[in-house]
Amino acid sequence: MSTSMILLGLLIAAALAYIVGIVRCRASTGGDVAKLHSRTGYYGSYLAIWTVLPALFLTIIWAAAEQPVIRHLVETSLPAHAAGVENDALMSLTLGRINSVAEGLPKLSQSEFKTIENARLGFTPMLEAQRLLQEKGVILGAEPEPYIISAAYDEVIYRHTSSWLITGLAALAALAGFVYGFTQIRPRLRARNTVERVVLAALIGASTVAILTTVGIVFSVLFETIHFFQSVPTFDFFFGTVWDPRFTSAGREGGASGQFGLLPLLWGTLFISFVALAVAVPIGLYSAIYMSEYAGPKFRGFAKPLLEILAGIPTIVYGLFALITFGPFLRDTGAMVGLDIAASSVLTAGIVMGIMIIPFVSSLSDDIISAVPQSLREGSYGLGATKSETIRKVVLPAALPGIVGAVLLAASRAIGETMIVVLAAGIAANLTLNPFESVTTITVKIVSQLTGDLEFNSPQTLVAFALGLTLFVITLALNVYALYIVRKYREQYE
Amino acid sequence: MEQIATSATAETAPMSGVANGEAPKVTARDVCVFYGAKQALFDVNLDVPRNSVTALIGPSGCGKSTFLRCLNRMNDTIPICRVTGKIELDEQDIYDRDLDVVELRARVGMVFQKPNPFPKSIFDNIAYGPRIHGLVRDKTHLEEIVETSLEKAGLWKEVKDRVHEPGTGLSGGQQQRLCIARAIATTPDVILMDEPCSALDPIATAKVEELIHELRQNYTIVIVTHSMQQARRVSQKTAFFHIGYLVEVGDTEQIFENPQDKRTQDYIMGRFG
Repeated sequence: MSTSMILLGLLIAAALAYIVGIVRCRASTGGDVAKLHSRTGYYGSYLAIWTVLPALFLTIIWAAAEQPVIRHLVETSLPAHAAGVENDALMSLTLGRINSVAEGLPKLSQSEFKTIENARLGFTPMLEAQRLLQEKGVILGAEPEPYIISAAYDEVIYRHTSSWLITGLAALAALAGFVYGFTQIRPRLRARNTVERVVLAALIGASTVAILTTVGIVFSVLFETIHFFQSVPTFDFFFGTVWDPRFTSAGREGGASGQFGLLPLLWGTLFISFVALAVAVPIGLYSAIYMSEYAGPKFRGFAKPLLEILAGIPTIVYGLFALITFGPFLRDTGAMVGLDIAASSVLTAGIVMGIMIIPFVSSLSDDIISAVPQSLREGSYGLGATKSETIRKVVLPAALPGIVGAVLLAASRAIGETMIVVLAAGIAANLTLNPFESVTTITVKIVSQLTGDLEFNSPQTLVAFALGLTLFVITLALNVYALYIVRKYREQYE
Repeated sequence: MEQIATSATAETAPMSGVANGEAPKVTARDVCVFYGAKQALFDVNLDVPRNSVTALIGPSGCGKSTFLRCLNRMNDTIPICRVTGKIELDEQDIYDRDLDVVELRARVGMVFQKPNPFPKSIFDNIAYGPRIHGLVRDKTHLEEIVETSLEKAGLWKEVKDRVHEPGTGLSGGQQQRLCIARAIATTPDVILMDEPCSALDPIATAKVEELIHELRQNYTIVIVTHSMQQARRVSQKTAFFHIGYLVEVGDTEQIFENPQDKRTQDYIMGRFG
């Protein structure tokens, strides 16, 4: 039986155990639920947990151990001469062949499988088995050595046995847990405490998985980055002003002859983000002020979600808009007034990206402005301040730290944004101050270094990880700083 | 109800005249307030004598704060709120179309229930009003205004070494006196106080009451309070509100010693409210 079947079985067992637990605890007090320590559902869960949890752990551990153990058994059973046991690469090749045969074997009919079994046990000559396998297309190409067939046969048998073993063991464990839990149920049993401890453990487990995944991502990028810096000097990467990675196709020796200067990419990223913020901050902030201070509840209830829809548009759509509509529009408009604007320029990408992050600025700022206590506004009105004076001199200064936090969060979005710049910013790594020229960004280069037919171990590919890590550190720092500011602000009024 | 309110008016007008011998600072005639369709105040008639303290008392929800907020048109900030009737400040209709609400609020300062200093320095808190009204000639003048205002509010000695520190860092009682100083800084004639001591401890309350006592020399004060002892201690005239009606108004002593209305009697004896 496969592991998923076992899990399904356990699920059914849990449901049954839950019902049995409830019935049992009711019976233990003669139907007087009030005498029980916990509510009846807890007794049901208690029994279900005892039934499932031990069996589940056993199954998981077995599933994890099965593959390496079988591999080891197969490996040790190979004849010494077989394909250089000492050589790792050859060994994995041989094991691969065994595996593919083993996968084909279960497809044979019962009588055909019997032939293989007989050959394995030495009753019939191995040649017959070879012929059969070739006929059925299980083995293709090269003449299969007898030991491969033997090993494949063994592997199939091992797997089969293992699957029956774990099914039996899981059933036994479930039964044992059920019996133990069943005998434990009595009115004074603190079922709720046990169940809640298990729930707590599950919650801790879930958050641990989330944290470990993040750590895992960071480390995997970190190791590739270290790998990259073994072939390119750190200084050249962080302070180089030329980006010219010299693409080499797989196999050919390209070496580290390219130049991997981060600065043009970093500059492009920051330049575009700056333009984006220059668009998003005024528009977002003004709309937030209008929404929170002037707009009536009706208009607000209708316009705020509408503005937030902007945040829900996939960024690739923004990219298309920039590429097809806005870029050419800017170019043509520029041509009319005598400006030479490239279709994919800093301006195009920056403005479209700015539109994308308006909702981040406006929505967060709106919440923050609304959170400024009404008493401050009244205090200001009471002194004879007008509405706009109150907003400028009392509300905005009070909300400023939070607004700065919102802007920083929007900035980190802009810096990490990929699809818009891939389509709208261009690929030329220029160090330029002219917003009408095209530049490129860190994210664009990560995409272009990793797409296509490339050798994975070359610095041309590995540089993507170094870029990714740099980007990660920048946005992380921005986010941490933004959260710090927002939190500091929140403390003030609570 | 209507009759009682009207009869109270009949008593009120001569009473304030007799007490002071001069025209009242603020007169309210037939003031009604509506929140949407709900009426919160019914035909209130009240004269506020100048340079004295008038206390508005009554159980929660009786309309005393609503009335107070009519006097500087603070109710304008609530969109569904509508005020009818006539309120005059120095014989000028404050709901007149020609009157600028900004000017009115500069003349009628307000102190709120909860101290609400702006998240700025003590100095900037006080300087806020004079700055927006353009009352400041230069920097020295501004410093002068800040100092006198803080002095009048009895806070100068306590904060003179830290006027550039945030006003939110002061204690509750100090914050409330800062708010009073802030109101004084725009040189108002009238100061409205909406339960100014309800968030303060007894010692801070005593200080604010002492301050109110001193301010009476130069300002007309209207104070809403839940504490009858406070009304008795600080005010010369007391008005008792009940579910939207002004039930009785008179000299504080008379209201507390010899209330005419049964409801006033019950409230003052602590039978409800």
